[in-house]
Amino acid sequence: MYSQGLIGSDTSSEETPEFLAAFQKRIDAEEKVEPNDPMPSGYRRTLVRQIGQHAHSEIVGMLPEGNWITRAPTLRRKAALLAKVQDEGGHGLYLYSAAETLGVTRKQMTEELLEGRAKYSSIFNYPTLSWADMGTIGWLVDGAAIMNQIPLCRCSFGPYARAMIRVCKEESFHQRQGYEIVMKLAQGTPAQREMAQDSLNRWWWPSIMMFGPHDSDSQHSDQNMEWKIKRFSNDELRQKFIDATVPQAEYLGLTLPDPDLKWNEDKGGYDHGKIDWDEFWAVVKGHGPMARDRIRDRRKAWEDGAWVREAALAHAEKRQARKVAAE
Amino acid sequence: MSNEVPLWEVFIRPRNGLAHKHVGSLHATDEVMALQAARDVYTRRGEGNSIWVVPSVAITASDPDQAAENFEPTGDKIYRHPTFYEIPEEVGHM
Repeated sequence: MYSQGLIGSDTSSEETPEFLAAFQKRIDAEEKVEPNDPMPSGYRRTLVRQIGQHAHSEIVGMLPEGNWITRAPTLRRKAALLAKVQDEGGHGLYLYSAAETLGVTRKQMTEELLEGRAKYSSIFNYPTLSWADMGTIGWLVDGAAIMNQIPLCRCSFGPYARAMIRVCKEESFHQRQGYEIVMKLAQGTPAQREMAQDSLNRWWWPSIMMFGPHDSDSQHSDQNMEWKIKRFSNDELRQKFIDATVPQAEYLGLTLPDPDLKWNEDKGGYDHGKIDWDEFWAVVKGHGPMARDRIRDRRKAWEDGAWVREAALAHAEKRQARKVAAE
Repeated sequence: MSNEVPLWEVFIRPRNGLAHKHVGSLHATDEVMALQAARDVYTRRGEGNSIWVVPSVAITASDPDQAAENFEPTGDKIYRHPTFYEIPEEVGHM
């Protein structure tokens, strides 16, 4: 999802050509960059932005699924959904920590999100209208995230790459539990089947938009590829995702809502229909159906938790004072 | 009262017999909460049986700018490695 974090990134750097060339040489040799190493300001800025947005996506991503925890149809499903949402919180934390190694604080990042200055993945601004959406999100949204995140495990920035390895290990459970939910519905009553198809109809296009604009329209992509922040282009990743997903949908007997989707023998992959980029840009700019609710809910969680943070700090200070007095 | 919740580094021992290894960091107001949060965040799938948390400010790190003078000299000291010394075959494995 997370290639969206690079949209509008400013990769310009102020350093000397010699410095930039020496840095590029390290990157080309596949040396990882660690937090205190010298790095171009554009590299640092791009990563702070991308990792921050990635972290926000994990945290905001808890909301559409949290919506269904109390209404999960069985205890088995509820336990799995709870575990998944907890994982997303953990992923957010790994990522905030990775961003913090670059000199930005957790507090700054939180404020940026709550004030609506930071972006997060467009996908989370769509509503979760039925239980089937829990399946479709795991299958498609987490599936698309995995496609994006596996190459990020080899990102040139060490802390981000390490966080991604941890995230990817956990992500596979998310996708499988989602596919299982959709499979159960697809093999169920006609009404359940209909629910699965409706959900797929609503999530397919937003899912393939997660990979971001076409390569021909994505600025700064070259610099980010050269710095090995990114390893594959948006279109390459989207193609991989579609090629992997079509047979999965066929197995379920569900139809992907794209009449132009067909196998292209020459390229050895599927061709897809035209993506509605007006919708994509509107959602990215905050006009998605749930955009206002998401930020409102995050603000509420932050404000409702204020007394807990204050009490914990006060308690820690009191314990510290007692410890000092006893010495 | 400062509003910044302190940062902690988390180390986990995967199983007895292995060393604790750095796995990441987190924010917590004190060591009790840091341990609880580390357990929730870093050990959800049997990652280990022991956790250390250390305030990040307590860590002193070597300066990356001095990495060359610190670590490169060892490259020249090949006599520190067993393969530097020639022992005849007939002596057997040593």
